[in-house]
Amino acid sequence: MDFKFTPEEEAFRVEVSDFLDKEGPQEWQKRKVSFFDMSGQENWIAIHRDMAQKLGARGWLSLHWPKEYGGQGLSPFYRLILREELAKHHCPGYHSLSVDFVAPAILLKGSDALKKRYLPGIASGKVMWCECLSEPGHGSDLASLETFAREEGDCFVANGQKIWTTYAHFADWTFLLARTDRQAQPNYRGLTFFLVDMRTPGITVNPIINMAGHHDFNEVFFDDVRIPKENIVDGVNRGWYVAMALLDYERTSDLGYAIAGTLLNDIVEYARELDILDAENKRRMAELVVECEVTRLTHYHVTWMQSQGKVLNYEAAMCKLLGFESIQHVAEFGMNVFKHYGLLSDTSSLAPLYGRISSCYLRSFGHSMEAGTSEIDRDVIAQRGLGLPRLR
Amino acid sequence: MDFALNEQQEMMQTMARDFLAGEYTDKVLKAMVKDDKGYTPELWKKLAEMNLTGLAIPEAYGGVGDFLDLTIVLEEMGRACFNAPFFATVVLGAGAIVEAGNGAQKKEFLPKIAEGKKIITLALPEQSGKYAADAIKMKAAKKGNDFILNGTKLFVPDAQNADYIIVAARTLESKDLQNGITLFIVDAMTSGITVKPLKTIAGDKQAEVVFENVKVSAANILGTVDKAWPHIEKIIQKAAVARCAEMVGVGRKALDISLEYAKERIAFGHPIGAFQAIQHRCADMLIDLEGSRFATYQAAWRINENLPAAREAAIAKAWVGQACRRIVSSAHQVHGAIGFTEDHILHHYTKRARAYEFSFGDVNANLEKLAAL
Repeated sequence: MDFKFTPEEEAFRVEVSDFLDKEGPQEWQKRKVSFFDMSGQENWIAIHRDMAQKLGARGWLSLHWPKEYGGQGLSPFYRLILREELAKHHCPGYHSLSVDFVAPAILLKGSDALKKRYLPGIASGKVMWCECLSEPGHGSDLASLETFAREEGDCFVANGQKIWTTYAHFADWTFLLARTDRQAQPNYRGLTFFLVDMRTPGITVNPIINMAGHHDFNEVFFDDVRIPKENIVDGVNRGWYVAMALLDYERTSDLGYAIAGTLLNDIVEYARELDILDAENKRRMAELVVECEVTRLTHYHVTWMQSQGKVLNYEAAMCKLLGFESIQHVAEFGMNVFKHYGLLSDTSSLAPLYGRISSCYLRSFGHSMEAGTSEIDRDVIAQRGLGLPRLR
Repeated sequence: MDFALNEQQEMMQTMARDFLAGEYTDKVLKAMVKDDKGYTPELWKKLAEMNLTGLAIPEAYGGVGDFLDLTIVLEEMGRACFNAPFFATVVLGAGAIVEAGNGAQKKEFLPKIAEGKKIITLALPEQSGKYAADAIKMKAAKKGNDFILNGTKLFVPDAQNADYIIVAARTLESKDLQNGITLFIVDAMTSGITVKPLKTIAGDKQAEVVFENVKVSAANILGTVDKAWPHIEKIIQKAAVARCAEMVGVGRKALDISLEYAKERIAFGHPIGAFQAIQHRCADMLIDLEGSRFATYQAAWRINENLPAAREAAIAKAWVGQACRRIVSSAHQVHGAIGFTEDHILHHYTKRARAYEFSFGDVNANLEKLAAL
């Protein structure tokens, strides 16, 4: 049993911290921009892309990939350290959709040709991806999705609509889960995992503004979009298994505790400056410190399991649930501390922390729904973790 | 970063689990809750034979293993809802002597503890029930080479079973309340000591100990006169983490029996464990339990490595105290009426969870500590 990082890991942390101090967007560090708050910032996409390439140039977007595919073969703790420091330094650039969703899918289930073609772009930070999964009628019940791709010569032709597609408005590529067999029983046996160029004719992206006033996600229409057969990962009708394989990475990618912890620090630091923390706030602050720490340890446990090559079961769902809900709790705390001031939008000069409080609070309503709802997470923990029987 | 138990630790865990499963059945548990002593000399002898009473005592004094091993065993004891002067003797008594005792005192007491020959406890809280320097008001007045103790200690674990009581008293009035506290090790039979057992809802054995002109030799001071508080802080830390380990065990048992019940109990044509409300409740129990285990072992590991652990111990005690409470409450909800009966085993765990929550620092006290850090 050991609860400390190795000297090499600590050295990496120092290296990352120094680099981000210098190279991270200084304005964002001043404004304490939070990971889920990025899209409220001016010119954010360009800043994000620029930082992604800086990280990519250091090889930091492929730390744990096998060396033969351009990675450094390092333990997943390195990725964790990088993301902890990115959170602390209020720094963008880590496009998790590419690095932690698509890349593992390709690494685990893709052919050598796909690996050679797509991984370098992701590792360099130059190519950014989005995911086309949820549909207006199918979210939690993803297996029932309807977007259909028919076989036509050396292509599949896709028709349908996806929704809640984060960053589809600037992504270069997307992965698409579409139905290729309407007769398959159970229904998830008829799904295929495609890699699609976002510039393919027939793709239309419409913005959906969230309640924080940010443009993060979109609806994406597919009208006779031709996808080469070679862009299928793992084979026709194997898509569900690819999606499931990457879910464990997806759920453990964003460090909820790190984002929550940084936000908590920023709130408390500023509140102390203004001397507005009452006894109730202090108690709640201590509770959140405890919650963030427990969430952090839970995430470290999962990362340790991954470093040992252990197959995750319910642990990823537990991580995501705890991490994302802790951000919600901290964001709510921020509102409670600043009260009226917390209501001010980020355009008001009186807004505390450059508008972080209201912005993060509004954005936080999505955390218990995105990347799997808290309800689904609890279902997974109960059924896979505790062996309780399924009704549906 | 490594979350695995090593081979020795796994063996310790299996050994303790098997021993308790065999020796400490539900029947024994119920009997010991009612029993005045709460344990039998036969059981204590067995604990000693398995070297469990020597856990975390240095090998030089007949001990075995370290604080992590002790933590692992305490978790198993919590799981069995174990009642015996183990926490008092091994965690508090031996812990205090290892922490503050001199060579002669260690030689005098530790081997006897390891061999299961002596029961020891620590008398700390007074009327306020707090584990803080400003809560220690009991006086020890110097008289030649002796000290005369006067005052009342409350909620002393297993004082009614103890051969020796280690007591914290004020030997010097000082503006700085952390200065002037001394630890004495006192023979429980010393004239002037009255032990009054306190009946709790949890069936754990606690007592009020009244000191009336109790004469103690200066040779029985653990550590330096007036300077005991830093030692006491360390002991409180260890004790708090030990209680966390026991609460993790309690929580594990509560979850296990809830799962068993949820899989067997049929309603509306299905096991109730198939219903989402029950599933979500159980999922939250597992989250609470795993978080509790991680927080407890982080603190225990730090203590074992002699690293500063005040923050981690406070985090653990604050979290586990609440988490265990939530777990047992949920366990009741899953069980329905049957879990509400005296005959059922669950209430023993519920009550014990509360007892451990308040022992050596409740949730609020630890949150306050953290807010101040």
